[in-house]
Amino acid sequence: MSSPAAAVPASDALPAVRTDRLPLLLVPVLALAALPLTGSFSTWVTLTFAGLAMGMIIFIIASGLTLVFGLMDVLNFGHGVFITLGAFLATTVLGAMSGWTESESLLRNLGAVFPAILAAMAVAGIVGLAYERIIIRPVYGQPLKQILITMGGMIVGEELIKVVWGPESVPLPLPAAFRGSFIFGEAAVEKYRIAAVVVGLAVFAVLYWVLSRTKVGLLIRAGVHDREMVESMGYRIKRLFIGVFIAGSALAGLGGVLWGLYQQGVTPQIGSQVNVLLFIVIIIGGLGSVGGCFLGALMVGLMANYTGFLAPKVALFSNILLMVLVLVWRPRGLYAVVNR
Amino acid sequence: MTNPLLQLEGVHTHIGAYHILQGVDLQVAHGEMTVLLGRNGAGKTTTLRTIMGLWSPSRGSVRFEGQDVGARQTPDVARLGIAYVPENMGIFADLTVRENMILAARGARRIEDVDPKRLGWIFGLFPAMKKFWQHPAGLLSGGQKQMLAVARAIVEPRKLLLIDEPSKGLAPAIIQNMIAAFRELKQTDTTILLVEQNFNFARQLGDRVAVMDNGRVVHAGPMAALAEDEKLQQSLLGLSLGAHQ
Repeated sequence: MSSPAAAVPASDALPAVRTDRLPLLLVPVLALAALPLTGSFSTWVTLTFAGLAMGMIIFIIASGLTLVFGLMDVLNFGHGVFITLGAFLATTVLGAMSGWTESESLLRNLGAVFPAILAAMAVAGIVGLAYERIIIRPVYGQPLKQILITMGGMIVGEELIKVVWGPESVPLPLPAAFRGSFIFGEAAVEKYRIAAVVVGLAVFAVLYWVLSRTKVGLLIRAGVHDREMVESMGYRIKRLFIGVFIAGSALAGLGGVLWGLYQQGVTPQIGSQVNVLLFIVIIIGGLGSVGGCFLGALMVGLMANYTGFLAPKVALFSNILLMVLVLVWRPRGLYAVVNR
Repeated sequence: MTNPLLQLEGVHTHIGAYHILQGVDLQVAHGEMTVLLGRNGAGKTTTLRTIMGLWSPSRGSVRFEGQDVGARQTPDVARLGIAYVPENMGIFADLTVRENMILAARGARRIEDVDPKRLGWIFGLFPAMKKFWQHPAGLLSGGQKQMLAVARAIVEPRKLLLIDEPSKGLAPAIIQNMIAAFRELKQTDTTILLVEQNFNFARQLGDRVAVMDNGRVVHAGPMAALAEDEKLQQSLLGLSLGAHQ
């Protein structure tokens, strides 16, 4: 190698590194806008924590979905089946460990919840692998067929779950240490909702670390942006996609456990009921964006709780309106990353 | 040409209903820069994409180091030691310059794993890369993005570089920098297949030239011969060199 010869004009100055922070303001703006409407500060605190907890759980579920779309343009309308699977597995594991869940000891409660989460994530991940091979792989690059076959997969999955756990609702009581509320002044905040927020933040932190600090994470981000270029560099993006699909399914399984505990009961339709919210969240956030998905989930969670309290009849519509408003402002979502 | 590094024989490529390449014959020799010239739509980009496996040839053979690679997947082609710089540069805009380089260095998990001598050489070729190392690549100017695209292609030793229109849309001063950088690169005996429409740019760098029209190579030979023959330029490219100087 010889010495450097080419020079670049020193005038080639870059614009200052600028982070797009405007969407970050949407969550506090939404929360503060609801404050005068809720009537009392304590009610607002309770609703806000409920909304954040719901938003965190939706984020956990939706994060895998948005990456799956971003990497391979796969629209998986069957994502909800992994939620249902995770929730029913939790009923089985926690039911078998009812002695531990009924104990007043937090450690014994956690000793029951962790195996339930591990089982839900492991089984959802394995089923996700089979789902990708049997249902998704034959329809790569065929969006209409993807919609039809993944919806079909959702129906078949639900029916199979009914075969194992039955068609009726199964109770999923909270472990004893997570029942009740903390009282802050006049505001009551349920302990479980705080726990859900903590788990959601932990998942976000791990995902953020993986996506920004590891080579696999860089590959995922690059693949979402331009998968053809990633392949031209010698990386097999289909393998990466399978890994992301399994991780996304496992996260949906975890979300199912948290959602089931949040609802304190599980029905075979629990996943399909959440599906609409998931798509609202990933569209608001910008397809393929985990950060956008996080913000979108928090906004949807808060909106659902505020409108559920103020005007229950328009609760679902309010989230669709939220999505429309965001898309009018930013037609590709808050943080658009998909470059196609 | 004896024992070329890359050899295309009778390559046909269809994209949907369109028959783009209609029997391309092309040879690229070791350690040389071969320039592929031709008007818009002649099939130059399709030729590079077919070599990379981004589009499959419907007929003919693509041989690299003697082995047929026509049916291979893109990652497998890249792993043979072929780097590709597409026309749109393929920069990952949300990633920093450093992160773009880490990804291009397939064998490296961190930037510390990249050969520091080679990295220093690249910084010498393209000082802007060092200057904007931690900046998002999407903020770079068009010329800097092109430099990053080439820098990524050479971050690890490659046997063949496929570069699509590196001068496209660049200011004349930046084009001169690119020419200087490519001359530097040529001194390392790197084999390059360069697609170009700017004949003046191509003339200064190419050892050999192939001119395409209607999906076929209609002329191949030394660049020097084409550069000296204005009549041939007129007939093949519809231009005179003087008009581009």
